[in-house]
Amino acid sequence: MADGEVTLMKGNEAIAHAAVRCGADGFFGYPITPQSEIIETLALMKPWETTGMVVLQAESEVASINMVYGGAGAGKRVMTSSSSPGISLMQEGISYMAGAELPGVFVNVQRGGPGLGTIQPSQSDYFQSTRGGGNGDYNVIVLAPNSVQEMADFVDLAFNLAFKYRNPAMILSDGVIGQMMEKVVLPPFKPRRTEEEIVKECPWATIGRTKDREPNILTSLELKSEVMEMRNIHLQEKYKAIRENEVRYETLMLDDADYMIVSFGSAARISEKAIELARAEGLKVGLFRPITLWPFPEKAIVAAIQGKKGVLVAEINAGQMVQDVRLAVNGIVKVEHFGRLGGIVPDPEEIVEALKEKLL
Amino acid sequence: MSNEIISPENLVYTKPKLMNDTIMHYCPGCSHGVVHKLVAEVIADMQMEEKTIGVSPVGCAVFAYRYLDIDWQEAAHGRAPAVATAIKRLWPDRLVFTYQGDGDLACIGTAETIHALNRGENITIVFINNAIYGMTGGQMAPTTLIGQKTSTCPYGRDPEIHGYPLNITELASNLQGTCYVTRQSVETAPAIRQAKKAIRKAFTASMEGKGSSLVEIVSTCNSGWKVSPVEANKWMEENMFTVYPKGDLKDTTGIK
Repeated sequence: MADGEVTLMKGNEAIAHAAVRCGADGFFGYPITPQSEIIETLALMKPWETTGMVVLQAESEVASINMVYGGAGAGKRVMTSSSSPGISLMQEGISYMAGAELPGVFVNVQRGGPGLGTIQPSQSDYFQSTRGGGNGDYNVIVLAPNSVQEMADFVDLAFNLAFKYRNPAMILSDGVIGQMMEKVVLPPFKPRRTEEEIVKECPWATIGRTKDREPNILTSLELKSEVMEMRNIHLQEKYKAIRENEVRYETLMLDDADYMIVSFGSAARISEKAIELARAEGLKVGLFRPITLWPFPEKAIVAAIQGKKGVLVAEINAGQMVQDVRLAVNGIVKVEHFGRLGGIVPDPEEIVEALKEKLL
Repeated sequence: MSNEIISPENLVYTKPKLMNDTIMHYCPGCSHGVVHKLVAEVIADMQMEEKTIGVSPVGCAVFAYRYLDIDWQEAAHGRAPAVATAIKRLWPDRLVFTYQGDGDLACIGTAETIHALNRGENITIVFINNAIYGMTGGQMAPTTLIGQKTSTCPYGRDPEIHGYPLNITELASNLQGTCYVTRQSVETAPAIRQAKKAIRKAFTASMEGKGSSLVEIVSTCNSGWKVSPVEANKWMEENMFTVYPKGDLKDTTGIK
């Protein structure tokens, strides 16, 4: 399809197309529902014959993320995708990437848990995503798309943020956004970087020690506690800079609203409809949608709740983001939660009912 | 004794130029230092020092990156073959090798090892098999011999309780993706020369795109085995070589 053309596709397919178009060098993945279309689409596209992008089905999610570790460590734009149980398996690799400061991208098309759970959509990996997920004091940048368009747009954004901060970045989607078909305009083609461009952008990359520099060594290990503390302090300073510079969110009909719904991803799409229904009944409700779940838009939420009578956090889980909203709001107004579990996607009417029941 | 013979023209041996001037953490008598030296020599001999990426394991060789003057990535425990897979696929003209011990390669990383080898990734795996977990203090390894005592099988490895030693190198030789699978050792000068040839062949096969290579070095861990270095060599020759016999298990490289 031509640049700028409107086309219809699944969110998962959009991820694959966007990866090729944004100059990704490699994709390493393992099949799991509901995201297998990502690697299937890439396999059909054969980008190794066009852009030279490597696509490899790994033996496990553990291997996939460690391939991302290796590729990112060699300065390449590499990514993987999975769904909740597979993302759990990747946590070791993600923690190592955070420790070694490697800029990979991973997509989580969430399904309900715990354990093998269900193949139906869920947002129950919010805690895992926003708290780091693996061992150690670290964070990954988390982008939460609410449309097929954002699935397409966030791939390049995630790579840019990952490389800007030398940090793993995650696209936290779910089975709704991954499986639904919508209109999308794919990002324009961008060539893969040349070796010279990689050397310039990633002087730390392990691609062979040339005579003009010391060896590049990528590791998360340091046995001297004093040195390890300094490395951790450096990471925390980096996270502070990310919190200051990279918060993204969107608001809808908040100006005249008495009540605010906070939702992300697919739940935000349902909340949009709920707001429409509520307003038809004369209830003035608006939406606050965090786009970055980490860094979390806490200051923007505090600003947005001024003059509001209450907040309903609607998310497809048992109450996870609501904790961050409560921390931000800090008791200024009442913050309630509504969610469905186990792969059930709530109806807009349920959200309106919950708002009336809990806040009015 | 006169020092007259100590002059540059009489120099027959020197520290490999890719070995850093760093004090090694390896125990005296350990095989790792010798194998590091061989890897360093082969990279220099092939003039690949500017195009080599090593992947170090978790285990005693975790700090391999301190000792060789090349680019390194330190992998999670057992994942080195997956890390190396991506580096090689993304930079096909680079020499990419992993350096792993028996616990890393044949236990926690069995899946990554088998699948990287079976895909025929153009990488070399240097595999140090000393039949014990050295770094963590001498626990049972997948390659620990039957009857061998370790801190987690203090009465000797009993197949009824602990299962059998895993001969992963033989397994690797049966995989279609491997082109060169060999078992070497470094306890004598001839053995060292032979091991160096094997590493050279494996690295050459990687660069010629012939498939995966696995070079096992049957090694000693005198600290873990709780014997002297000399006794360790003897124990290895008498016990390890019968279970892990030396020689090429597979060679389809056509490389002399």
